[in-house]
Amino acid sequence: MTDASWISSILTAARPHAVAALLRHFRDLDLAEEVFQEACVRALKTWPKNGPPRDAAAWLIMVGRNVAIDTVRRRSRLQLLPPEELISDLSDAEVAAADRIDEADYRDDILRLLFICCHPDLPPAQQIALALRIVSGLSVPQIARAFLVSEAAMEQRITRAKGRITAANVPFETPGAAERFERIAAVAAMIYLVFNEGYTTSVAEHGARAALCEEAIRLSRLLLRLFPTEPEIMGLAALLMLQHARAPARFDQQGRVVLLEDQDRALWNRRLIAEGLALIDKAVRHGRPGPYQVQAAIAALHARASRAEDTDWTQIDLLYGTLERMRPSPIVSLNRAIAVAKVRGPADALAMIEPLATKLGGYFYFHGARGAFLLELGRTEEARVAFDRAIALANTPAEAAHIREQLDRLSGAAL
Amino acid sequence: MQYAILCYHDETVTCAWSKEHDDAVMGKLGAVMGKLERQGKLGPVARLLPTTAATTLRKDREQPLVIDGPFAETKEQLLGFYVVDCASLEEAIEIGKELAEANPGGAHEIRPVGVFLPGKVAS
Repeated sequence: MTDASWISSILTAARPHAVAALLRHFRDLDLAEEVFQEACVRALKTWPKNGPPRDAAAWLIMVGRNVAIDTVRRRSRLQLLPPEELISDLSDAEVAAADRIDEADYRDDILRLLFICCHPDLPPAQQIALALRIVSGLSVPQIARAFLVSEAAMEQRITRAKGRITAANVPFETPGAAERFERIAAVAAMIYLVFNEGYTTSVAEHGARAALCEEAIRLSRLLLRLFPTEPEIMGLAALLMLQHARAPARFDQQGRVVLLEDQDRALWNRRLIAEGLALIDKAVRHGRPGPYQVQAAIAALHARASRAEDTDWTQIDLLYGTLERMRPSPIVSLNRAIAVAKVRGPADALAMIEPLATKLGGYFYFHGARGAFLLELGRTEEARVAFDRAIALANTPAEAAHIREQLDRLSGAAL
Repeated sequence: MQYAILCYHDETVTCAWSKEHDDAVMGKLGAVMGKLERQGKLGPVARLLPTTAATTLRKDREQPLVIDGPFAETKEQLLGFYVVDCASLEEAIEIGKELAEANPGGAHEIRPVGVFLPGKVAS
């Protein structure tokens, strides 16, 4: 293992805690980031020699604070810089003292850091970019690659987002219980956005964007570590893990979309599935269901089926029914229709989605599903029209190709 | 004589490993374990999933208490472990309670296993 590699894992792991504490200390995001960066540079210089400190976050916080003091001193030209060794060789006692100061508030510090990234004034794309930059510590080029935009455009997006949160002035007082709960919910929604940004992808972009899914899973574990008894956070983490576990099977070698029921389940990531299943089981024990838990429970039913035909569609239909009541949305109804088609047949499913046509008329999946139901019912001409409509609305070439395949099959049947 | 070698690390660090790094570590460990296996020296090996997926059963009271999260006390020491194959966490907790009845006091941390190699010691 190279020095840079083990150090960078430690720095990444310590980042949310350290930047959050520095933010509370300085009440200035740019300064907090800047001194953290400088502390990381010093870590890279001294850790290979001395080994990493016992508590990396406390070390980085302490060095970060000293860096700021140095900067002030340098500017005032009153005193020479202290030698590097003095700053780097912090005694354990000093680190422990810094640790005690910060440990009391560190949970709310990190929550605040996450929360400023999902401030309601920020559009979703800016929330995601900001969280990846500030909390995850991804570089601007890395984030730009994941979003498929130029580095300059991403730099601008992040700068704009930072401007907005400075203007929004998130308070630094310890939040009350109700406010804390609101913050947790907003952060959970932001983490879900990060995941979705990575999940909605085609195979060509898959490598760069899968990083977003992994980052979202890491953030969900971080949130869960802060609030280990919140069933919806367990549900969120489980949902992301169970979805991402299927990533290796979602595209074939030619880059075509492979539907859930056709996926090679041997390719699914068993470790992520085990973790997700344990988390949803934990969440259910609380008897306080919520939308993330229900979605995770649906994903769990897919994960538990060793073959597609073993899937418990009746249970999935019921869970989508619960989700419809919790968070009514035409998309949820459309997903439920897929389960209904399996349990009660395509006629019932078609009847269920026809009323959604006005709301989902511009949605690729609506026409794709409708075409599939019509095809199953033998109404081939109508199916063809629906598939044509789906192709016109496809978001990625892979989606269009998938529908075209169905159309080809249709033509084959007609011949 | 059999020894258990217990593995400790900061999981926020290991969870921050890239897939390539994780694979590289597992590859190097695999080489060491392969050698030990050929020598008939390697018993079961388990890689546990993060503590965020753990549940703790406090068995120092009449009705064992189920708590979310890992076992966090430092007063007690790790004395042993069981690997059980269960359909759900609920079943694992039930087994934990059954074991607790036979041996009360202390706690059980119930943690999902990510990788399990049964192994076989020669003696």
